Amino acid sequence: MQPILQIKGLRKAYADGFEALKGVDLEIAQGEIIALLGPNGAGKTTLISTVCGITMATSGSVTVGGHDIISDFRAARSMIGLVPQEINLEPFERVKNTVKFSRGLFGKPQDDAVIERILRQLSLWDKRDNQIRELSGGMKRRVLIAKALSHDPRLLFLDEPTAGVDVELRRDMWEIVEGLKADGVTIVLTTHYIEEAEAIADRIGVIAKGELLLVEEKERLMARMGQKQLDVQLTERLEAVPQALSGYDLVLCEDGCTLRYSYDTRGERTGITKLLRDVSEAGLVLRDVATRQSSLEDIFVGLVHEEPGDAA
Amino acid sequence: MNFTAIKAIYLFEMARFFRTLAQSFISPVLSTSLYFVVFGAAIGSRIDQIEGVSYGAFIVPGLIMLSVITQGISNASFGIYFPKFVGTIYELLSAPVNFLEIVAGYVGAAATKALFIGVIILITAFFFVDISIAHPFAMVGFLLLTALSFALLGFIIGIWATNFEQLQLVPLLVVTPLVFLGGAFYSISMLPPVWQKISYFNPVVYLISGFRWSFFGTADVPIAVSLLAIAGFTALCMAVVWWIFKTGWRLRQ
Repeated sequence: MQPILQIKGLRKAYADGFEALKGVDLEIAQGEIIALLGPNGAGKTTLISTVCGITMATSGSVTVGGHDIISDFRAARSMIGLVPQEINLEPFERVKNTVKFSRGLFGKPQDDAVIERILRQLSLWDKRDNQIRELSGGMKRRVLIAKALSHDPRLLFLDEPTAGVDVELRRDMWEIVEGLKADGVTIVLTTHYIEEAEAIADRIGVIAKGELLLVEEKERLMARMGQKQLDVQLTERLEAVPQALSGYDLVLCEDGCTLRYSYDTRGERTGITKLLRDVSEAGLVLRDVATRQSSLEDIFVGLVHEEPGDAA
Repeated sequence: MNFTAIKAIYLFEMARFFRTLAQSFISPVLSTSLYFVVFGAAIGSRIDQIEGVSYGAFIVPGLIMLSVITQGISNASFGIYFPKFVGTIYELLSAPVNFLEIVAGYVGAAATKALFIGVIILITAFFFVDISIAHPFAMVGFLLLTALSFALLGFIIGIWATNFEQLQLVPLLVVTPLVFLGGAFYSISMLPPVWQKISYFNPVVYLISGFRWSFFGTADVPIAVSLLAIAGFTALCMAVVWWIFKTGWRLRQ
């Protein structure tokens, strides 16, 4: 199937020579949720802005639903909804009017039923006649989403939708995203909250210093790069790792009772069986064992701290 | 053409105008009334007729032009500057609209507001002085063209401005002097020859002269020259706006 978004060799260099994007290639399939993860200043917003037409690319090409964003910008942009990172709203406008304006701007005939459906979906219906300045921060974010959805986009960009919002609202936001996915909307969201990517994305892309370091299915990414740790808890305190176990890369935890063993789940042999046998032969008594899967956060921190040259 | 988008922008901008209708209305009516009291009644009573017209009536076209020009500029410059200021410009830039549609929406709304004010001033004038309109269609045409061309200029100023001070700067430093020296309150022929020559470099002279012709049938410059001047000015503004959207100057990075 044709990808809904296809980015080829996208570069963006500013007049002062700063390269915000250094040749990004990305394909996004219809209906998936992809999270672009990266530290501040990595190029996430620049990437989105370029696809949406707010920033002009230096080179490279982008198509949305097969339509080039420059030569066929009307068709391409009609398919896109954008929820910006900043709360960009006119303070004196009323909720319903501003959403209706967005729909008109995208060339869709006014349809009160559609506006009502969207406002209800985002729990904004009761606030429809309020001025934007009367709303809470969370409500304002919902208004931005309502505006982006007003013209029934097929591809929705959420630029850090949960930056600075409370936990409850973040959960709400995730539910909204799930709902949109069920409606067949493709979603690209940027975030620097790893838990967010972990919770809702199908695929994860990691951006740092203007380069897309990798894009992978979330599960596969975690499995491929995931390290597991085995904590062996002992009944007695140790001063140091026993000589008999020096062949293993063990770390004695601060409490003195836990030996931490890191292993790779991809390996044919994890070495756990032998380790446990040697622990018992060394005369140590086990109290408990526990394993821990490394989170996306560990993977992410590992990736962005590598030099971009190494990763590419 | 995305007419739905033009309509959306136009109505959105007009809604802003109607929200502050009383303010939009009272200030021009008040200032025009003051002009009539001071220049028409107090000083005007000591001035002879100019080109066969009483001084109070003579200044009416200039006063209308003064308001239409300043209103056209301020409405259009604010209309496009405000979205830049609050950040909602992102929506305009990412919408499936081309520059002509954006300009049509914003400039159309600004020109409508300016026209509205112009008509209000004309009506106010009827309460103070005796005036008749010799060429009503030409008058409406001049009013329309002036409102449109200066709204275009305002649109350019709004995109150029990076803060509210700059937004006020051009109208204050450039436009007001040009309008005052453009023969709003006098006939160019009343000036010494040197200043008459200098005045012909002022584009507003042609506007006010043409507009005055539509009222009284007399003009400082031939009517065709006036029309050419305003057409040239409009074309120049359109070319600048086209360039802005082509290069993304102060809009797209």
